Amino acid sequence: MKFGIVRFPGSCDEVDAQLAAARVGEAELLWHGDRDLRGVDAVIVPGGFSYGDYLRVGAIARFSPVMESVIDFARGGGPVLGICNGFQVLCEAGLLPGALLPNVGLRFVCRQVDCVVADADTPFTRDTAPGDVLSIPVKHTTGRYHRPPDGDVRVVLRYAPGHNPNGSEDDIAAVANDAGNVFGLMPHPEHAVDPLTGSADGLRIFSSLAGPVPAGA
Amino acid sequence: MPETAALPGVAEAVALGLTEDEYALVVEKLGRPPNQVELAMFSLLWSEHCAYKHSKRLLGQLPTEGEHLLMGPGENAGAVDVGGGLACAFKVESHNHPSAVEPFQGAATGVGGILRDVFAVGARPVAVLDSLRFGEPSSGRSRYLLDRAVAGIGHYGNSIGVPTVGGEVYFEGPYEQNCLVNAMCLGLAPHERLTRSAAAGPGNVIVLMGASTGRDGIGGASVLASAELDESDEAKRPSVQIGDPFEEKKVMECCLELLDRGLLVSLQDLGAAGLTSSAAEMASKGGVGLDLDVGRVALRESDMEAFEIMVSESQERMLAVVEPERVDDVLEVCERWEVGGSAIGEVTTSGHLRVLRDGRVEGDVPVAALVDECPLYDLSPERPDAPVYPAPAATLDPGAGPRETLLALLASPNIASRRPLFEQYDSIVQSRTVRRPEQSDAAVLALGDGTALAVSIDGNGRRVAADPYRGTIEAVLECASNLACAGAQPLGLTNCLNFGNPEKPHVAWQLSESVRGLAEACRALSVPVVGGNVSLYNEGPEGPIYPTPVVGMVGQTPHAASAGQLGFARAGDALAFVGPFQAHLPGSEVAKLRGEALPDELPEVLLSDVRRAQETVREAVRSGEVSSAHDAAEGGFAVAVAESAIAGDLGATLDFTGGDLDRFLFGEGPGRFVLTGPREVFERMAERIAVTVFGEVGGDTLTIDLGGGERLEWPVAELRDAWAGGLAPLFP
Repeated sequence: MKFGIVRFPGSCDEVDAQLAAARVGEAELLWHGDRDLRGVDAVIVPGGFSYGDYLRVGAIARFSPVMESVIDFARGGGPVLGICNGFQVLCEAGLLPGALLPNVGLRFVCRQVDCVVADADTPFTRDTAPGDVLSIPVKHTTGRYHRPPDGDVRVVLRYAPGHNPNGSEDDIAAVANDAGNVFGLMPHPEHAVDPLTGSADGLRIFSSLAGPVPAGA
Repeated sequence: MPETAALPGVAEAVALGLTEDEYALVVEKLGRPPNQVELAMFSLLWSEHCAYKHSKRLLGQLPTEGEHLLMGPGENAGAVDVGGGLACAFKVESHNHPSAVEPFQGAATGVGGILRDVFAVGARPVAVLDSLRFGEPSSGRSRYLLDRAVAGIGHYGNSIGVPTVGGEVYFEGPYEQNCLVNAMCLGLAPHERLTRSAAAGPGNVIVLMGASTGRDGIGGASVLASAELDESDEAKRPSVQIGDPFEEKKVMECCLELLDRGLLVSLQDLGAAGLTSSAAEMASKGGVGLDLDVGRVALRESDMEAFEIMVSESQERMLAVVEPERVDDVLEVCERWEVGGSAIGEVTTSGHLRVLRDGRVEGDVPVAALVDECPLYDLSPERPDAPVYPAPAATLDPGAGPRETLLALLASPNIASRRPLFEQYDSIVQSRTVRRPEQSDAAVLALGDGTALAVSIDGNGRRVAADPYRGTIEAVLECASNLACAGAQPLGLTNCLNFGNPEKPHVAWQLSESVRGLAEACRALSVPVVGGNVSLYNEGPEGPIYPTPVVGMVGQTPHAASAGQLGFARAGDALAFVGPFQAHLPGSEVAKLRGEALPDELPEVLLSDVRRAQETVREAVRSGEVSSAHDAAEGGFAVAVAESAIAGDLGATLDFTGGDLDRFLFGEGPGRFVLTGPREVFERMAERIAVTVFGEVGGDTLTIDLGGGERLEWPVAELRDAWAGGLAPLFP
């Protein structure tokens, strides 16, 4: 499994995502100005403040040349993982439903939270079981998930009771598209891949992606 | 010669912050009166902020040599060797006056400035810490400054992808008008990427990179940083710069790539006094001259005067010296990172800094006069014969017993949990953070080879106010004790000396005594000073701030995985108090809550004893034999035990063995540690150092058995509620 991690001007967690992915496969950075995805098997849109996020979070990044290719890749069924700012970018790009709004406290919050697996039937969670609790940090100002006015969303992770850091509707921490190949989450699994730095629970997101595809999938 | 129409005179010089004598000296150095551009340049480089004219002579006594030292004071940041071919560069700097005028941007650009200092030497910033001082939270102004300064620090650090891993904050009345915002940054570089700032090679090209140049921050160094604040603060807002962390992120990545590829001869950030200071310092260090064409500087406003371009403090700019044949490569890298880059001048042999525009000479000044010949002043220190600071207002009920007193201390602003602040900072980006805030006495950062850095920042101004010499020694010892609890040995130290107006004899005395203490403590611990910063004139009509030497210390431990933690970890562990040192109540937190005046001096400290205690704790933590380690600082033994209980969510039962209960619980002094672990570990330790086993970890209550059937009891949940609730209301 070869991961490509997008690097926008203002990305902050792209190297962390690369290191995390490299624990389970190959990983390389994709430059925002290039349309070539270099034959990667999965794309990670990482955390940070793409283009400074001075307009609306993720609003500029979704128009970058590399995102044109990522959108095509996702529409073709390729797995795309958006973390934090990456989640915001994927929502702006229309690849995921809903939107991220400012936290209820209107402040940046960096905190280790427990997340409960709601859907283990995605390429990103197949190494987990429904009800599993993952300890993963969040760090954002704009992470309050808001459902689209019409229809349901596919909720993949929820904040455990008492752990919702931002006021997300229905404690939603992560969602997928209907097909399940595009996944966005506010918690940072790439910062939970080593017990030395706090937790290794996030590694299961990466290993889910890298693992062998079950027969019939 | 520059055109001399409408030359400014002595009145303009004084308005810009020079004295009449200094103006006369400028005229003498030039052999003629300076024009507007030249006067602006002198007024900034001869300001206290740039020239250290009241502190330079004192700073000479600080030890700057050490076995791990790679780069000492004089560069943008100092650096120590951390093994594996890596260097750690670090520095602390103040942004006090801008933060008192506009706290969000002042604090944000303080972080931006210290980050640039670190990547200017070729190191990738890996951690930020901040040291903050405000008036009491009962004051609306202090709450506003706190809220906005914390938001500003977070805004900059979070957006640029550098973790804010630690810091400290104190609330004291004397900081009401002058808050302090000091920021420290650490960076890592392969030894060969460490870069100096000396300009070299006549014919080489000067390239200005980063943001365009505007009118923001004009005169910041002289107007803001080198004079007392007063009621006209509002009018100074245009002197505060506006930060753009996105721009800095791009500039940082661009500079690190340029250095990695060996494309730069030298690099310098633009900070206080902008282009003037950066260019003059680079030229001075290299013993060369520079010609700068301000007509080639990218401007935000096209009608800027030459002097404005030279002194603008627009943020996110860097100045590099580049060999002519590499200029195209450099500009190509700038373009890829969408960073502005323009060749604006060249290195000359003239020894002069010449400012040109459209072929016309706008200013021509000998570099040596600007940088090296600023008059230095001797201080006239005089120990004050009356208290400088009023006694703090009592906030503790005089009838409060030890039970209520501990709860009040835990909820008091200087001790309560800092979570409402540090949760606003990204402490984990870059995947190195092994110990986050409130997990250990020091922040711990893994280096990737199994070892880790530990870093701490501290400086209790109230104790320095009581005794500038011993109080400063205590600040150094406190940092080293924090490192010991993490299992780390100190490698180097940086400091920021925040004081009032040094022209006043009592402030001069505080400053001289403090530097003497700093030097003494550094020698006793064999820790070199790698660099630092001085911030003077921190006073208003109400008087000076508490003298506040902020000390930042970097150390290393061979095993990241066994880095110490402060929370109780195992029921049944023995709880021991390590360190032979007496605690005292005068100058302590509890004395403050009781409204007691500051003492005239602090008790003498035997530095070698503290050092031995620190070494013992460090080795015990490294060996993995102890479960927790925490130094007893503000609030004394009782607060330290309570903090360990809260962090570990475990109680303890202790025996009070007699003596003065108040002093036993709440007295303070350096070099005192609360450790937990197997009893036999402490029995062995007792052969080398004073160790007292007081009790045992376990249960959900902290109990102190006073003998005779009397006991003090606090459920850990009650301790936590008090501690967690102290500052939370300030961030609704």
